Amino acid sequence: MNKENLVIIGNGMAPGRMLEYLLEADPHRYDITIFNAEPRVNYNRLMLSPVLSGEKTYEDIITHDDDWYAAHGITLHKACKVTEIDRAGKTVTAESGVTQPYDRLVIATGSSPFIIPLPGKDLDGVLTYRDLDDVDNMLLAARDGGKAVVIGGGLLGLEAAAGLKAQGMDVTVLHLMPTLMERQLDTAAGYLLEKAFEELGVTVITKANSQEILGANGKVTGIKLDDGTELHASIIVMAVGIRPSSELAKLCGLDVNRGILVGDDMRTSDPDIFALGECVEHRDQCYGLVAPLYEMAKVISDQLLGKESEYTGSVTATKLKVTGIDLYSAGDFAEADDREEIVLRDGAAGIYKRLVLKDNRIIGAVLYGETADGPWFFDLVKKQTDITQMRETLIFGQAYQGASSVDPSLAVAALPDDAEICGCNGICKAQIVGKIKEHDLTTLDDVRAHTKASSSCGTCTGLVEQIMALTLGDDYNPAAVQPMCGCTDLGHDEVRRLIKSRKLKSIPAVMQELEWKTSCGCAKCRPALNYYLVSDWPDEYADDYQSRFINERAHANIQKDGTYSVVPRMWGGQTSAEELRAIADVVDKFDIPTVKVTGGQRIDMLGIRKDDLPAVWADLGKVGFVSGHAYAKGLRTVKTCVGTDWCRFGTQDSTGLGVRIEKFMWGSWTPAKVKMAVSGCPRNCAEATCKDVGVVCVDSGFEIHFAGAAGLDIKGTEVLGVVKTEDDALEHIVALVQMYREQGHYLERIYKWAKRIGYDEVRRQILDDADKRKQYFDRFVFSQKFAQHDPWSERASGKEKHEFKPLATVAMEPAQ
Amino acid sequence: MNALTQSWIDIGTLSDIPVRGARCVRYNDLTIAIFRTVDDQIYALEDKCPHRNGPLSQGIVHDGCVTCPLHNWIISLETGEATGADKGRTAVYPVRLEGDRLLLSVDPMKPTSDG
Repeated sequence: MNKENLVIIGNGMAPGRMLEYLLEADPHRYDITIFNAEPRVNYNRLMLSPVLSGEKTYEDIITHDDDWYAAHGITLHKACKVTEIDRAGKTVTAESGVTQPYDRLVIATGSSPFIIPLPGKDLDGVLTYRDLDDVDNMLLAARDGGKAVVIGGGLLGLEAAAGLKAQGMDVTVLHLMPTLMERQLDTAAGYLLEKAFEELGVTVITKANSQEILGANGKVTGIKLDDGTELHASIIVMAVGIRPSSELAKLCGLDVNRGILVGDDMRTSDPDIFALGECVEHRDQCYGLVAPLYEMAKVISDQLLGKESEYTGSVTATKLKVTGIDLYSAGDFAEADDREEIVLRDGAAGIYKRLVLKDNRIIGAVLYGETADGPWFFDLVKKQTDITQMRETLIFGQAYQGASSVDPSLAVAALPDDAEICGCNGICKAQIVGKIKEHDLTTLDDVRAHTKASSSCGTCTGLVEQIMALTLGDDYNPAAVQPMCGCTDLGHDEVRRLIKSRKLKSIPAVMQELEWKTSCGCAKCRPALNYYLVSDWPDEYADDYQSRFINERAHANIQKDGTYSVVPRMWGGQTSAEELRAIADVVDKFDIPTVKVTGGQRIDMLGIRKDDLPAVWADLGKVGFVSGHAYAKGLRTVKTCVGTDWCRFGTQDSTGLGVRIEKFMWGSWTPAKVKMAVSGCPRNCAEATCKDVGVVCVDSGFEIHFAGAAGLDIKGTEVLGVVKTEDDALEHIVALVQMYREQGHYLERIYKWAKRIGYDEVRRQILDDADKRKQYFDRFVFSQKFAQHDPWSERASGKEKHEFKPLATVAMEPAQ
Repeated sequence: MNALTQSWIDIGTLSDIPVRGARCVRYNDLTIAIFRTVDDQIYALEDKCPHRNGPLSQGIVHDGCVTCPLHNWIISLETGEATGADKGRTAVYPVRLEGDRLLLSVDPMKPTSDG
């Protein structure tokens, strides 16, 4: 039997959700074809703001990847815009010429940003904020710093402003109305919001009427307001609203007003054609928030399966997604004679709450500073609950109703089964509990996958986790991401990303801003944070020695009896009579018990008392020895063979290259130790193929290897590629190590990091992308300006003296 | 004659010890580590981890604890007891601040807990 053809125009969040509903109910009912004008799979548009501020990446926000479409047998035309609907012939035709017949058609063309028709609106640098291309454009502009102007102080405009600020731009928001977000907030909350943005460093100008965008040579230079004010800017973001994209529907003769008109059954004026999402006008309303779109998606899915189902409109709630600002609003809060209000203000704590009541029912709520009760109030609004009984304590929130405890998990336990937890997806408590029990779900990701709760904007994640804890009891392990240590719930990746995006430049700043649970960390997180800060802010961060492991503080290796071992640097494993003589003299003078040759072609002197270290280094320094960093999470050794200097098989100057790499890279700190080797021919006498980074010289050039291991794990290297010259080899190796320095987790060796992010990704960025490689290389060179100081000579001359001397020596003498 | 019993020895000033760090006092064969926490509390422990005698003075100081540099045991500066699942105690010495001067007694304190 032939299946019916279902064609969907548009691949945003609403049709994505509709397909999930449809496929769950009946995976084989339709042959499905999607036309998407964007060149991408389905991603979570609500999460663009965290991508802009650097807190998430594009990969983090993908909802359906290519595999998902393949697995469900769906044909997805990417970057393929539909230009014509032939209702009589029941086909759609795309720009590319593809024609596809349909039995049922869903138009989900979304909306487009409203462009204010100002002079200069077409200049290069005028952007909108709607899809990932816009975010990419903004990030590109932000790379050069400078000034940005955002027109529009609504939800999108403010999120764009906060994101651009986080990327280091100087941002001004222009808003036509007297207070921000006037459609969702009353004036008091708007004022608090304006103050919070000023504190973030964003300038807000209200009652600002733009007159003209200024430019030179086709590029934006600024903007002029109607009161004569001129502001400089290298980019201007228009975020003043959206309008339904209904042109295609209009073209084929469907009834269209502001949006495509639909009835409660979500059908357009043609019963075989549905409209879904932001392009829709239903009962005089157009929606731009996700919750109503998902409700429509459910109705269409039901209709497609021949079930009775109606959409009757939505009450909406809004939450601002700007880190550090808590804001929630729902329902209607305009003042009127028949309405009463309850207001709570706490100026010191920055809290403002306002409930608007009518006939003893809540019809609107604005919460600022403390928003945990938002979903509960929203629930009371939607259910039109009579609140007479709890009126006295209503404003204090759910925890104060009846029960005396304010333990949040008790409040969640007390929620009724039909209480809505996830507003975006309309998921109630009982559905989450049911799925957890039915499928033995134990992780947040599983719960998201099965229920959709917390998978859109993510603000209900805390509630979902509490429900999991209540349902699973001791079986619940909240760590979806392995936290760095017991002092935080954040993983290494998140901490590294936040250090960059929020410009955190000291350990106290990280602990304060990222809400560390201990006053000054622990022996796990402190060395990690110290490394991340050294690596990310080489010129600005003051190294915190007290957060380094003793070996990096004492610049020697502690031994089991509390003595130390010392390894001087021998570049590329080469030494000389003078150096060996100096070592012999030091061994005699300080009575050093053991001298040993290491695996990295160095000489190790063991059993040195800590007090003697500066004097040992002073003597070694006289013949030119510097620290060998045998103790460091940093560049340790570059091992070499003798290459073309001596070897009859040598193809290149492997010793020379090894020395050159070591002289270029010594002193650099890395997430874990880095050991390298250069072999002069494929016989590989320097054992380069089990190193973090290795080079095997061949006749035609240099084969670069990475991600080997010969310790706890044994693993041969991966080949990065072959390059022609020594200069090329150096640039590739340095760039690779810098990439690792910027991305590695503390104590994670190169082979584990490379496996985690993928060997091909390393090749793509280091071998294939010359620009990227050059940028990594330049950043490494910059950081070396601050790193290449010999710690031994500094300490031999008195730096950190206290580290090597006892505070006091008290002799047992008769009383003086 | 035991002339030093209960007497206080001047060992230096607070500023001699780095914040979140330690310095050692040698008393014949005994080494005592003097710790300074992030909020300028001063503690004195014998410089030996109860596990394998690691020099606690070389460890990382965090909150009221030090992590031993050899095998990461975490020792309470106040009680000298190992924390978490580890068991053991290192000797604690009385130390106090008088003005800016640090005064140490080399008579160890009795264990405070009943174990």
